[in-house]
Amino acid sequence: MKEELLRMENIVKTFPGVRALNRAGITVHAGEVMGFMGENGAGKSTLMNVLGGVFPADSGDIYITGEQVNIRSVHDSQALGVAFIHQELALEPYLTIAENIFLGREMRNSLGMISKDKMAEAAKPFLERVGLEVDPNEFVGRLSLGQQQMVEIAKSFSLNARILILDEPTSSLSEKEVEILFHTVRDLKSQGLGIIFITHKMAEVFRLCDAVTILRDGEYMGTVQSEECTENQLISLMVGRDLGNYYVRTFNQPGEIMLEAQHIRAGKRVDDCSFVVRSGEVLGFYGLVGAGRSELMKAVMGLDPMDSGEIYLHGEKVRRTSPMFMQNNGVALVPESRKTEGLLQQNTIGFNITLPVLAGFIRRFRVNRNAERKIINRGMTSLRVKAPSAEVHCAALSGGNQQKVLLAKWLATNPQVLILDEPTKGIDVGAKAEIYTIINNLVKEGLAIILVSSEMMEVMNMSDRMILMNEGQITGMLDREEYSEELILKYAMGVTENE
Amino acid sequence: MNKKSNHILVRSTQEYFKQNWGILLALLAMCVLFSVFGTNFLTKTNIVNLLRTCATNCYLAIGVQLAIILAGIDLTGGALAALSGVICVMSFENAGLPIWMGIALGILVGIVIGLMNGFIITYTGIHPFVVTLAMQSICRGTAYLMANGSPVSTTNRTFGTFGTGALGPIPYPVVYMVIFLILDFFLLNKTRTGRHIYAVGGNEMSARFSGIDVKKIKILVWTVSGAMAGFCGVVLAARMSSGQPSTGEGYETDAIAAAVLGGTSFFGGTGSVGGLIIGVLIIGIISNGLNLMHVNSYWQYVLKGIIIIVAVYVDMMKQRRQNAAA
Repeated sequence: MKEELLRMENIVKTFPGVRALNRAGITVHAGEVMGFMGENGAGKSTLMNVLGGVFPADSGDIYITGEQVNIRSVHDSQALGVAFIHQELALEPYLTIAENIFLGREMRNSLGMISKDKMAEAAKPFLERVGLEVDPNEFVGRLSLGQQQMVEIAKSFSLNARILILDEPTSSLSEKEVEILFHTVRDLKSQGLGIIFITHKMAEVFRLCDAVTILRDGEYMGTVQSEECTENQLISLMVGRDLGNYYVRTFNQPGEIMLEAQHIRAGKRVDDCSFVVRSGEVLGFYGLVGAGRSELMKAVMGLDPMDSGEIYLHGEKVRRTSPMFMQNNGVALVPESRKTEGLLQQNTIGFNITLPVLAGFIRRFRVNRNAERKIINRGMTSLRVKAPSAEVHCAALSGGNQQKVLLAKWLATNPQVLILDEPTKGIDVGAKAEIYTIINNLVKEGLAIILVSSEMMEVMNMSDRMILMNEGQITGMLDREEYSEELILKYAMGVTENE
Repeated sequence: MNKKSNHILVRSTQEYFKQNWGILLALLAMCVLFSVFGTNFLTKTNIVNLLRTCATNCYLAIGVQLAIILAGIDLTGGALAALSGVICVMSFENAGLPIWMGIALGILVGIVIGLMNGFIITYTGIHPFVVTLAMQSICRGTAYLMANGSPVSTTNRTFGTFGTGALGPIPYPVVYMVIFLILDFFLLNKTRTGRHIYAVGGNEMSARFSGIDVKKIKILVWTVSGAMAGFCGVVLAARMSSGQPSTGEGYETDAIAAAVLGGTSFFGGTGSVGGLIIGVLIIGIISNGLNLMHVNSYWQYVLKGIIIIVAVYVDMMKQRRQNAAA
């Protein structure tokens, strides 16, 4: 048996009104990648914050290399060799890589001035260990997100970390960067580090993790070896019930063409793209991150300027697209980022849901409160938003619930064409299943849905037809009968149909 | 029917106290302090006086608050008021226009400068702080140039009444203030535009995705703010019977202080008319009360500066607590 690096047992943590952790725990050995899963709100972050010294637990035991420890601050945690790489990176963009690594511990020369050369030299071995071949004097702001993550990991080495917590590290990385990250993680594993890998993606668990620890409602549910379990077992451990068929879809004959885009060009990311979507169908858009799918949708909506191309709505040519025009004519785009593009985090659920449809209940100087409440209630009940009231601020909701509010907001506009950009990104399996059910119901009602997603399984299971994109161009279109993982990947990698 | 509206009134009053209790307490404490240690604080003349000084600050504060709700700022206020006052008085003293046209022209100057602010901010992307700071300098310079460096005075009685007249015991400027506050309240609470202002301030990107014309909202807000400054300038000129290019120095500080004290967050997206009223009253009472206590008036500047820092800090704490709760 390998050396045990970390054992957390029976951790209890209560916040005013909620018991966030109730006998939670996790164990990590040297040279082990431990997956850490659970629904949003299951307490993963809370447990990691206890380990990282952000706040103390009410009770419970933490052992590091077999010795019981007390973690009272971030400093304590670092001193014990724990490094927490947050989802949102905490680097200074206007400082160099070396300066970031030694931030707060700057090296000086004989004159007592900060020495860039010394720090750059000292940073090199750490960068080598994570396989980052970049000049340590490069500014961090110039690096890609993946590279920035490597800098964070390198920084943790300089603090002598032995236990590394990675919080959903792949959520904003491109496919290629994910590969590099996985390679590095495996490398670190062979160097004897213990790694906690928080993720929502099943594929990652089976590819990278040796074992998985599962948390549900703040409680330790068990640890399973990833070789010995199936996706369904993990899901039922997480949600406490069998989800049955996770993807729900009933297929019908699609109706007439609702939206048609012809030869759209916009910026560098959208190059001569054409497609049609009919009522009663889901048109999937798959491609690797950066393929230009979101950009194409933004151009169609008039959110980004279109260089050339034509858009037809119900067969009629649109003279000038603008978000207002498209919305008024039954097209809605539910954006990818809940935080920056989707919701006003500091405003209430009600405010957010009604924002695109204010004309429905505010006329001149009169607000019709009843009509307003009706819109809000309809949105909240039909999408089953879990919140005590519509007065709750969006920032207080879990990712899945925020996604539902986001959907409710755009469904309030009664769209006929609904464009969903990564509708299940970063939400837990339970919420995902609910979103799929909602999509299915909407299609049954005759909506035309465009589903943009980076999860191949999602697009394969939910769509009638699929368009593949690569570097701004449409590289292929598949009907449902033709779906196969190889074919999809081939097109997504940029092999065009005629080749 | 009657019962229901009563219910809403009671509820919104409760809500008002819940949101503003801290600042209301501060207001009350000041009143008590000044009526005990100052002479004549609670007399009718003094209260009328107090409200009159509050009024000019309030015109500017209404505009500045809108800009802050948009996560921006408007520093043009004081200088723009000077410019519009000068142009207003010159138009009938030197150019012989009728009084009402002079007044309209003064306000128009505010609207034009505000529009320019709005256009520059939306179409160049330069930060509002920089744009309005530059515009402040331009306005001040233009005011001095037009007036040749000295006040342009007028003896016109009708014009004077516009600033010094009274409706019963209430001076006209206070009447205007009440009207503007009511309009402001309706704008922010009862119109689509109002909600759009909050949405753009809270998260501009999300507002754009929601189909809101962000550019229109921004231009509108800075234009309204300019118009309020123009009006402020006309009222000041009428009260002093002259257009003074040096007037309004530091008025924007008072306006910002009032907005911030009233709970308007510099992060954008929040701020209420109810809060603004308390903010304006507190700033007015500080000047007035310290005068009554014969404190050297330069201390007022020091005190207002301190108050701005404390108020913004309290707002940040509130924000942090909200984020922590999430």
